[in-house]
Amino acid sequence: MLALEAKNVRVSLQGTEILHGVSLDAAPGEVVALMGGNGSGKSTFVRAVVGAIPLHEGTIAMFGAPATPNSRKHLGYVPQRVSAAGGVSATAYEVVASGLLGYRALRAPRDAGDQIRAALRAVSVEDLATHDVTRLSGGQKQRVLIARALVRDPRLLILDEPMAGVDLQSQVALAHALGHLKEHGVAIVIVVHELGALTRLIDRAVVLEHGCVTHEGSPPPDLGVHALPGHDHEHAHEDEDPGAHSTLGLEGPR
Amino acid sequence: MSLLTDPLVQRMLLVGLLVGMAAPIVGTYLVQRRMALLGDGVGHVALAGVAAGWLAGSAAGLAQRDALAVPGAVIFAIAGAVIIERMRSRGEAADVVMAILFYGGIATGVLLIGMAGGSNANLLGYLFGSISTVTWTDVWITAALAIAIVAIGLGFKSALFAVTHDQEFARSTGLPVEVLNLVVAILAAVTITVAMRVVGVLLVSALMILPVAIAQHLTRSFSRTMYLAMGIGAVLTLTGVSITLTQNLQPGALIVVLGVIAYVGTTAVTSLVRRGKVPS
Repeated sequence: MLALEAKNVRVSLQGTEILHGVSLDAAPGEVVALMGGNGSGKSTFVRAVVGAIPLHEGTIAMFGAPATPNSRKHLGYVPQRVSAAGGVSATAYEVVASGLLGYRALRAPRDAGDQIRAALRAVSVEDLATHDVTRLSGGQKQRVLIARALVRDPRLLILDEPMAGVDLQSQVALAHALGHLKEHGVAIVIVVHELGALTRLIDRAVVLEHGCVTHEGSPPPDLGVHALPGHDHEHAHEDEDPGAHSTLGLEGPR
Repeated sequence: MSLLTDPLVQRMLLVGLLVGMAAPIVGTYLVQRRMALLGDGVGHVALAGVAAGWLAGSAAGLAQRDALAVPGAVIFAIAGAVIIERMRSRGEAADVVMAILFYGGIATGVLLIGMAGGSNANLLGYLFGSISTVTWTDVWITAALAIAIVAIGLGFKSALFAVTHDQEFARSTGLPVEVLNLVVAILAAVTITVAMRVVGVLLVSALMILPVAIAQHLTRSFSRTMYLAMGIGAVLTLTGVSITLTQNLQPGALIVVLGVIAYVGTTAVTSLVRRGKVPS
């Protein structure tokens, strides 16, 4: 049974059709890279899959059933970092705890402390549990958002550009963490501009261009090596994380 | 001590305590959503509701013409808050909607109060607060509404935090985002109506936002910010009301000025502590 099966997805925003019939599926234990240039519709597709924006046409099924608020209990979602920005301070622990909520679960279980700490530990930010997330570096904040998705014990994990602004060592460590989930049968859909450290993890790549699928199969070779650690970048990340040179498994400047 | 045995003083302090504790709960969610000025927009709509209630009371020939003022304010404030929430969720510029409600509310209020045979002076108590005129009925209504605000605001804290912190993620989890957004909007409307008697429509936002802004300097946690803001709100209102018992000062304005002073003070101290000029 497929973990995700999106068929002929069409999405219109403010009267303009952004996605023109995109289909994508992911099987348990499979890692699918969703790639494409800026404005190609990658994030719009992901937001439609997780229910953040309505479909104009098409269907989305998760684990064989139409996607509903109830069926999303097996979904872990890591949005782009900018979408999570409140005006009041919140600790990493509180942010991760919010991942335990869902359909008819308006409160986290009282005994969820171990689960929350385990999720933080999985991305090596357990020691930041009481820190204000708004004061964390970009890479640290990203890891907290990943922990928030992991605390749900997802069977389908969708990540929207988790590597943006994260240093290369952290990218390698994140790839190891995702590899661990893949081994445990978690289906992963990951939006990336460049495969970089994920190259060996990716089973299949789907490339979008102007809201249409233009390639599906092996990752395009030029994108596969372009961002490998040590590769000479011409373009630096705009949102590079200056303070975090740690890996997910190693201590670093905080 | 003799002052405390005065029923009027008891009513003022009780209403001040209830409103001071309840308002920052909603304020925390509004600041979290970066909609700190929602109280101003909805407050002015509530003023139109006061005038509409006054007009309805006059038309019905009620002996007390303002008997329907507060129910009118509650209805108008909820309608205004729901409209703002609907427009925001549809991606409209919330600040423009709030500005339109701000001007439209106060203009409608002035027009309606004139049609009801009243004058703008009748609106002053609602604009600047009139805590010294509260009756025991007002106290019980305020208590009931404040308890509802506290019960809902704290009881559903986790879900309301999730929705106001990251709506997109909340939607992906299956949380009923639209319902929770409406809960925040309605809580804000009810809080504004309740706080109207203490600080008035013009300053109602201050009582929701200032304690949160002060608490933000003192803690990093969302929950602790909310609880601390409740305490700060209660201290500010009780201090303001207590001072006006012996000094001829306007309570609502004094409470807000005390809040601004506390905010400036905590900002200065925490900034010095962070720079290491004062041992922490």
